[in-house]
Amino acid sequence: MEISNTLFSRALIDAAARAIPLEQVVADQIRAVQINAYYGRTHAVRGVSLGFAANRITAVIGPSGCGKSTLLRCLNRMHELVPGARVEGRVLLDGEDIYAPDVDPVAVRRRVGMVFQRANPFPTMSIYDNVAAGLRLNGVHDRRVLDDVVERSLRQAALWDEVKDVLGRSGASLSGGQQQRWCIARALAVQPEVLLMDEPASALDPASTLKIEELARTLRDNLTIVLVTHNMQQAARVSDSTAFMLSGELVEFRPTTELFTRPKDQRTEDYITGRFG
Amino acid sequence: MRSVLSPSALLPPRSGLTRGHQAWRDGAFRATLTACGVSVILLVAAVLVQLIAAAMPAIRQFGPSFLWTVRWDPVHSVFGALTYAYGTLASSLVALILAVPVSLGVAIYLAEIAPAGVSTVLSFVVELLASIPSVILGLWGIFVMAPWLRNAVEPALSRTLGWLPLFSGPPYGIGLLAGGMILAIMLVPIVSSVSREVLKTVPVTQREAAYAIGATRWEVIHRAVLPYGRTGIIGAVILGLGRTLGETMAVTMVIGNRPQISPSLFQPAYTIAAALANEFSEATTDIYVSALIELAMVLFVITLIVNAIARWLVWRLAPRGVVSA
Ligand SMILES: Nc1ncnc2c1ncn2[C@@H]1O[C@H](COP(=O)(O)OP(=O)(O)OP(=O)(O)O)[C@@H](O)[C@H]1O
Ligand SMILES: [Mg+2]
Repeated sequence: MEISNTLFSRALIDAAARAIPLEQVVADQIRAVQINAYYGRTHAVRGVSLGFAANRITAVIGPSGCGKSTLLRCLNRMHELVPGARVEGRVLLDGEDIYAPDVDPVAVRRRVGMVFQRANPFPTMSIYDNVAAGLRLNGVHDRRVLDDVVERSLRQAALWDEVKDVLGRSGASLSGGQQQRWCIARALAVQPEVLLMDEPASALDPASTLKIEELARTLRDNLTIVLVTHNMQQAARVSDSTAFMLSGELVEFRPTTELFTRPKDQRTEDYITGRFG
Repeated sequence: MRSVLSPSALLPPRSGLTRGHQAWRDGAFRATLTACGVSVILLVAAVLVQLIAAAMPAIRQFGPSFLWTVRWDPVHSVFGALTYAYGTLASSLVALILAVPVSLGVAIYLAEIAPAGVSTVLSFVVELLASIPSVILGLWGIFVMAPWLRNAVEPALSRTLGWLPLFSGPPYGIGLLAGGMILAIMLVPIVSSVSREVLKTVPVTQREAAYAIGATRWEVIHRAVLPYGRTGIIGAVILGLGRTLGETMAVTMVIGNRPQISPSLFQPAYTIAAALANEFSEATTDIYVSALIELAMVLFVITLIVNAIARWLVWRLAPRGVVSA
C-alpha cells in the first residue's frame, strides 16, 4: 500500500535522525482494525482501520459530527459507557486486542489515557489529590511515591512551577489553560502508553493553545498521542501524520505535510481548502 | 452575516426615549409583588411577636433555666424543656443514622445502577412512600413495627450489644428506637429522591474523568460522583431533618410519650411536637399554656439552628470555581 509505504519511509528517516531502534518504528502502538461504532441505530464510525505509530502524534481531523470523538473513545473503551452504544471490530494495543472477551476495560483505560475538550478536574479535591487520584485508584498510598509521581507529572505537564507552592489548595483559581494542563498531569500520572486528546485546546485562548501544543510535542518522547482537532493549523503544526474523516469514514491518512500539501482525495482537498465543513 | 436590513427594522417603531404608557404597568406590577413579599415578612413577624408575648409569663417565671430543667410538672406548675428537647433531637438523630445510609444506597441504585425501567418504577414507589399519611404510618408502627421491635429486634440487640447503655434494659417495643425508626421511614423517600436528582445532575464529564484514569464503576461513584454531589446530598438530609424535627402524629403514636432522659433506646421518650399536640387540650392554667408556647419556641429555635448549620456546611463544601460543564 502506498500510504503506509510513505509513512514508513518517513518514519525511517525520522528514526535515523533520532536514533530510534527500528522495531519501535515498525510497530504501531495502537491500531484500530475495521472499527464500526454505533449509538443505538446511529452508525457513527464506519469500518475505520488506522494505526497510530509509537512516539508520534497522529491528528484526526474532519467536520463536526464525522465521528472523530467516537473513534477516539473506541480506543480506550469509553464509547461503550454511553447507554445504547456498541462497538464492532478490534483495537490492538501493543498487538493485544482490547476488545477480547477476557480483557478488563478498566485495565485498558489505565494504559490508554484521555484528555477532554473541557478541563474536568475533580472540584472537591486539591491540586495534588487530583493528580494523585489515578495512582490511589491503583492502590498506591505510599506518600513518597505519590509525592514523586505528582511532581514528575506536573513537571511533564509544564505546570509544576506554577503550582508547586499551592499543591494542597483547590485548583479553582487556575486559568482555563492551567486547568487543562492540570488534567493532562492527572492523565500522565498513571503512566499511560497512549494519550488520547479530544480537542484539548478548543476552549482555550491562543497563548494557552500554543502551550498545550508545545506540551504535546515534548510528551511524544514517552507516549503515543492521538489528537482530535477542529483546527487544521493545529494539526499541521503539531502532528506527524493526519487522518481525515468524513461521515464516519476514514478518507485519507498520510504524513501531515503530505496530506496538507498534496491531498490525494478530492474530499480532503475540499476540506482543507475550506470548501466545506 | 451582516444584512442590509437591521433587525430593528422588523420591530414596531419605537416611541422615543421618554417613559411611555407602559411605565405605569411596570410600576403597578412591581408594587404588587413588593406587597406580596412584605406581607410574608409581616406575617412571620406577627406570629413571632404573638408567640413571644404569649410565652412571656413562662419566660419571666422560669428564666433561662427552662432550657435545662428536667422536671415538667403541671400540677405544681414547674416546667422545664430539657426532656422534650432531648427526645426531639435524639429521635431525629436515630432517624438520621438509620435513614441516611439506606437513602444513599437507594439514590445510588436509582441514579447509577438500575436499568431505566426499574428505576422509573422504583422511584415512583419511593415517592409513594412519602405520600403515606403519617397517622397511617403511626398505626402501622403500633401494630406491626413495635411488636416486631419488642419480640425480635430489641432482644437480639440486648443479647449482642447489651453491654452498651444504648441497648440496655427491658425491650418495650414502644420507645425512642421505635420513634426514630418511624421517622427514618419518613426520611428515606425525601432524602433518596432528592439525592437521586442530585446525583443525576453530576456532569458526565466528571464521570468520564474518573473512568479515564482507570476507575471501576464503584470507584467512579465513590470518588467522583458522590464528592461532587455531597453538598446537594447534605441539603437533602437537612430538608428531611426539617420534617422529622417537627413531625408529630406518627412519632407520638410510637415513642411512648414519657418525658424522661434515658441512655437506652428501648425506653420511652417524648418530643416537643408530640407534647404540644397532646397537652394543649389539657393546659388549664395560664402558666401551663405559656410554658407550652415557650416549648414551641424552643422547637422553632432548634429548627433554625439546624438550618443554619446546614447552610454553613453546604457553603463550606460546595465545589467552587472549577471549570466544569
Ligand atoms: N451520546 C450520543 N448519543 C447519540 N448519538 C451521538 C452521541 N454522541 C455522538 N453522537 C452522534 O455520532 C456522530 C459522531 O459524533 P462525534 O461526537 O464522534 O463527532 P465529532 O467528529 O467528534 O464531532 P465534533 O467535532 O463536533 O466533536 C454524530 O452524528 C453524533 O450526532
Ligand atoms: Mg468531538
